[in-house]
Amino acid sequence: MNMQTKLRDFHQARWDEPIIYELTTQGERGVLLPKVEDGIRETVKDTKKLPSHMIRSDRADLPEMSQMRVLKHYLRLSQENLGADLNIDIGQGTCTMKYNPKINEVLARNPKVSELHPYQDESTVQGVLEVIYNMDHALRAISGMDAFSLQSGGGSQAIYVIGSIIRAWLEETGQTETKDEIITTIYSHPSNTAVAKLKGFKIITIYPGKDGRPDFEALKNAVSERTAALMITNPEDIGIYNSRIKEFTDLVHSVGGLCSYDQANLNGIMGITRAREAGFDMCFFNLHKTFSAPHGCGGPGSGAVGVTERLKPFLPVPIVEKDSETQRFYLKDDLPYSVGKIKNFYGTVPAILKAYAWIRALGADGVKEAARVAVLNNNYMFRKILSIRGASAPYAEGEHRIEQVRYSWQKLKEETGVTTSDIQNRMFDFGVHYWTSHEPWLVPEPFTIEPTESYSKQELDEFIAITEQIVKEAYENPELVKTAPHKSTIHHVDHAYLDDPEKWAITWRSYKKKYNGYFEKKELKE
Amino acid sequence: MDKNKVVYPYIPNSVSHVQEEMLKAIGAKSIDEFFECVPDELKLNKPLDLPEPLLSEVELKRHFEKVLSKNATTSENISFLGGGCWNHYVPAICDEINQRSEFLTAYAGEPYEDHGRFQALFEFESMMAELVDMDVVNVPTYDGAQAAATSIRMATRITKRDEVLVAESIHPETKAVIKNYSNPDLYITYVPCDPETGCVDLQKLESLISSKTAVFYFENPAFIGTIDVNGKKIAELLHNAGALMVVGIDPSSMGLLTPPSRYGADIVCGDLQPLGMHLYYGGARGGFMAVQDDETFVREYPSRLFGITPTTYKEWGFGDVAWERTSFAERENAKEYVGTAAALWGITAGVYLALMGPEGMKELGENIYMRCQYLMEKIAALPGVKIPLQATPHFKEFIVNFDGTGKTVKEINKALLDRHIFGGLDLSTLFPGYGESALYSVTECVTQKDMDTLIAALGEILA
Amino acid sequence: MKKLGLIVNPIAGMGGKVGLKGTDGPDTIARAREMGATPHSPSRAECALSHLLEIKDEIRLITFPGNMGEKVAMQCGFSPEVLLRESISEHVTAREDTLLAAKEALKQNVDLLLFAGGDGTARDIYESVGTELTALGIPSGVKIHSAVFGCSPQQAGELAKLYLNNKSTQEKLAEVMDIDETLFRKGIVTARLFGYLNIPFEKRRVQRLKAGSALSEQVSQQAIAAYMARNEMYSDTLYIVGPGTTTRALMIELGLDFTLLGVDVVYNGKLIAKDVSEETLLKLCSRYKKIKLIVTPIGGQGFLFGRGNQQISPRVLRFFSRNDIFILSTPAKLHALEGAPLLMDTGDATIDQILSGYIRIVTGFNEFVMYAISAM
Repeated sequence: MNMQTKLRDFHQARWDEPIIYELTTQGERGVLLPKVEDGIRETVKDTKKLPSHMIRSDRADLPEMSQMRVLKHYLRLSQENLGADLNIDIGQGTCTMKYNPKINEVLARNPKVSELHPYQDESTVQGVLEVIYNMDHALRAISGMDAFSLQSGGGSQAIYVIGSIIRAWLEETGQTETKDEIITTIYSHPSNTAVAKLKGFKIITIYPGKDGRPDFEALKNAVSERTAALMITNPEDIGIYNSRIKEFTDLVHSVGGLCSYDQANLNGIMGITRAREAGFDMCFFNLHKTFSAPHGCGGPGSGAVGVTERLKPFLPVPIVEKDSETQRFYLKDDLPYSVGKIKNFYGTVPAILKAYAWIRALGADGVKEAARVAVLNNNYMFRKILSIRGASAPYAEGEHRIEQVRYSWQKLKEETGVTTSDIQNRMFDFGVHYWTSHEPWLVPEPFTIEPTESYSKQELDEFIAITEQIVKEAYENPELVKTAPHKSTIHHVDHAYLDDPEKWAITWRSYKKKYNGYFEKKELKE
Repeated sequence: MDKNKVVYPYIPNSVSHVQEEMLKAIGAKSIDEFFECVPDELKLNKPLDLPEPLLSEVELKRHFEKVLSKNATTSENISFLGGGCWNHYVPAICDEINQRSEFLTAYAGEPYEDHGRFQALFEFESMMAELVDMDVVNVPTYDGAQAAATSIRMATRITKRDEVLVAESIHPETKAVIKNYSNPDLYITYVPCDPETGCVDLQKLESLISSKTAVFYFENPAFIGTIDVNGKKIAELLHNAGALMVVGIDPSSMGLLTPPSRYGADIVCGDLQPLGMHLYYGGARGGFMAVQDDETFVREYPSRLFGITPTTYKEWGFGDVAWERTSFAERENAKEYVGTAAALWGITAGVYLALMGPEGMKELGENIYMRCQYLMEKIAALPGVKIPLQATPHFKEFIVNFDGTGKTVKEINKALLDRHIFGGLDLSTLFPGYGESALYSVTECVTQKDMDTLIAALGEILA
Repeated sequence: MKKLGLIVNPIAGMGGKVGLKGTDGPDTIARAREMGATPHSPSRAECALSHLLEIKDEIRLITFPGNMGEKVAMQCGFSPEVLLRESISEHVTAREDTLLAAKEALKQNVDLLLFAGGDGTARDIYESVGTELTALGIPSGVKIHSAVFGCSPQQAGELAKLYLNNKSTQEKLAEVMDIDETLFRKGIVTARLFGYLNIPFEKRRVQRLKAGSALSEQVSQQAIAAYMARNEMYSDTLYIVGPGTTTRALMIELGLDFTLLGVDVVYNGKLIAKDVSEETLLKLCSRYKKIKLIVTPIGGQGFLFGRGNQQISPRVLRFFSRNDIFILSTPAKLHALEGAPLLMDTGDATIDQILSGYIRIVTGFNEFVMYAISAM
């Protein structure tokens, strides 16, 4: 790396690794099983009751590879993957790519948690129940809510729990006919709309005003007796805090609706402000974001749903409680109006453990410091990026931001023709991620940077240097940017093979049915 | 600046002078300035009510190890617990790969800089497809229960009908998840099982199928371990009425048992836990759904589907298939939702299947089947103990009835626990129709010696 | 080999720089030249065309003499086929020439017709070719109301290139608007739907990280139509359905005939009047007790009701309360407004007052948006 320019001559690992099926050698074995003991064979030899049509006649067509070859194949693939541990992962805005402390991984590998069966007698699992219980209480402190369910497997599933609770609450209070509308904002996570529809609600979306905050006038017009709930995020994905949030929740409460807080963006405000004081009845957190549990390529994750006392009876079961006399932890199943089960068993236990360990390592001051530094880092990036030619950030001009910012390369596009997608591809040449944003692209040519508190000033400066370099190229040598990536694992992918049912192949066997060699279409015999 | 200010290892810029430099570059006086947008009434004026921090790593480790030491594990005891989560062997390579930072800490990069993840998941889809003999498998959803619930909804969208039939004998948790997931617009009717066989009651099923039936979901093997041999007949009944058949399977059985696609299943689903995931107190799950390569079905998936594509340099490239999923039904019903679910477990399952290979999966199935048979034989010989469904073939687990012993399962399990044995899951509240019964489960890790120890212990306890 | 047609309206956009709005009619053009205005669209056309240079050997560029495209094409580095030399002058051209050229492009069966101009040029193209070929406008005029143009000359060029290469594009109908230029110069905006052109648009691919992708425009319209048909079409109620592709989707869902540019009337599931005039509407509105109005914003600027709405005039609007009006819009159409309100200018201050503020828009099945609507 050039320490002056802060630019690297990076190249991603490029193994040109075959598909695992191409590595098969008949007869090789990766791992062996214990033999069935003679004593067992003696006893069962005459008692095979399986009718022949239920016995699989062939072997599943799986690769046959010896152990080291399997290891090598997957290790090579892992080298072709850019985990947060390896890059300055601030370009995946809204994903909160923080450091996943390795000590937490060590703790989770402990057989004292990995070898527990969910149906074990409660007396044998007091340790893990204690962790879940304590996590619940820690989250109550952070949010001000009265009870948590840790059963969800992720943020979207947590939204699903909330949608289920809203519906159950309406059924219980006899309001399903009179309250069938949910209000949300255009910048809220699309799962809010999807879940609301799944649960049979009408959904009304409000847009931001000029300052980027959800328009209160629009909300006033949207709220009515038919409002079942408000599902809102604050700060929203564009990084702006809605100071009038209490007016929003008061308004919805005035018509007897519930207020749900999507706290995927908790990282910038924890220890500073809470769901309770802002007037919310429900909230949820992503443990694999704010609480530093790993993202795992897209899961397993964990979602924690918190509610006020009056909604506690609706939580999914079981929850973990402590017997006040014996001080023993136990699983409580009998919540009177529980929505039942959302997920098998109790939640993503390893993630809960890692998240709780993170909280314990930092304590109240550390958690608050994490939020403060995340916001400091973001405002530092904000200042720096805005001074790059072609970049802009809509809304709230002159104001600071919270923990992330949605920017736009619209000006750059007009002046050079280079788009945010082009910049994305060129970013990979420097060993960093960059994501544009979810659709809809209200902000044109968007990109969202969320530094979190995990990256040092040096790293933030490197990311700025990379961005400045790419913009320079956009003005001076746009072709270089438009044909990127040049130093990544592979080159441009042909998307035509992904949308056409005749062309697509989601599995290797499907590929083999349609193509010979390298995408030579087979003649299909009718 | 506060000289006593803690510098946190996880927060590089918690160093005072660095903060000063950054504030200077921003032109702000203090970090508090950034929070001026939060109204005073909403600002917390006191620290969060959290326990004292464990700032040093050694203290943190010590604390948690102490807490976790209160757990007794299935390695320290002989366990016969099953019921959707099983103590299979996890090969070291599986742990090695899913602990790799590159995979563990990645998320949602593009098919370029995160090529590894795309290829690993495509390979998982491919191997899983061969295991269940179908052409399309998704990037994993949360767990088997979700896979079942989603498969059912997919079927209702495809058939455009809203009446759903579900077998009584499925996993009770899956039943609860499906119930919630079908609320408010789908109507569920439960199809009882034949008390003699523990399998789907064909006559009752036939009487419940109508022209409004979208789908019938059952598990094979069932929650109670029985193997249903009537799949073909069930498929016939459903297809004649224009309904679909969804079958939930145990992947560890697919080397031995006929894959449901061969007896008419339209969607096959299940949980990946047996393929390389530790028990984790039920916290390591992944759900898959498999279909044939039929556009109508593919477009109904809410999950991601990774497909293979060419690149400009003739490399293997990957991407999301059927981007828009613009099916007829999408306009009305939400195509459910998709979120962070269980990708890493998908990769792990792929590693497991590659290590086991065709022979390994076949041996696994046979191994489990025979051990299960052995235990059934031995337990049935105990006084007062019955195996109500002994005539039906079982895989991995079976119901043991203790009514004739005069003891409750609770008492028996307590006594077993004293002998360092985790007895089978108590079914007396879950399935009261079976009386004082327990679900005994064996995997390839349970030895003959373990089983003989159990028999001896039960012999003592029941005497 | 793909055929690309190019028509440049050499005088479009000249007015803007000198404070005139539009350049319809020789008088305005003369005035503009007097004021020192220079032709604008040729340079814009050149900019767009330059993006196609890299595929110039894979396409046949067909254009028209002199200022109508030949000059621009040559300057850019193309060797175009120039047609209609006998009929079109190299120097001074008029509206008739645009019409002639467009008809010729249609005859030549071009795969894409690029035209540089403004709303007026778009109207001329529409008049000649309707929706019989795919066209795309290179923006060169003043404020453009028609939705048939690229957002910039570069983008038009890029899109043309993608389309000709068969990559990531689809086609859709987009509105051609008729603005009364005289009134416009007086600060009064009228926007009337004139027709539709078939234009290419780019399908963007953004990773489905966290959610399903945005529904395509067509599916969105079907969702809105399904919602309306299932939930809001009551018996014994008269429904007046305004022009637009979204309202068209509703008529298709109901299985009824319709006019794309006109106003149709539905009663008890049947089409009882087609392409009606203001007179007919007034008669119908007074005759029926229960009446509802279903409209969709028109054009690239989100116009809802204007003085240009020949049929849905203020007199007609007087029959409806806010609750009787359904506004349908796909989310994409709202996003394109970039936060600006929907516009209306009925000419009747009372009506404008009643309708402005926030209004509920149907954007999908059971999906709505609370959006601002403001009077000009």
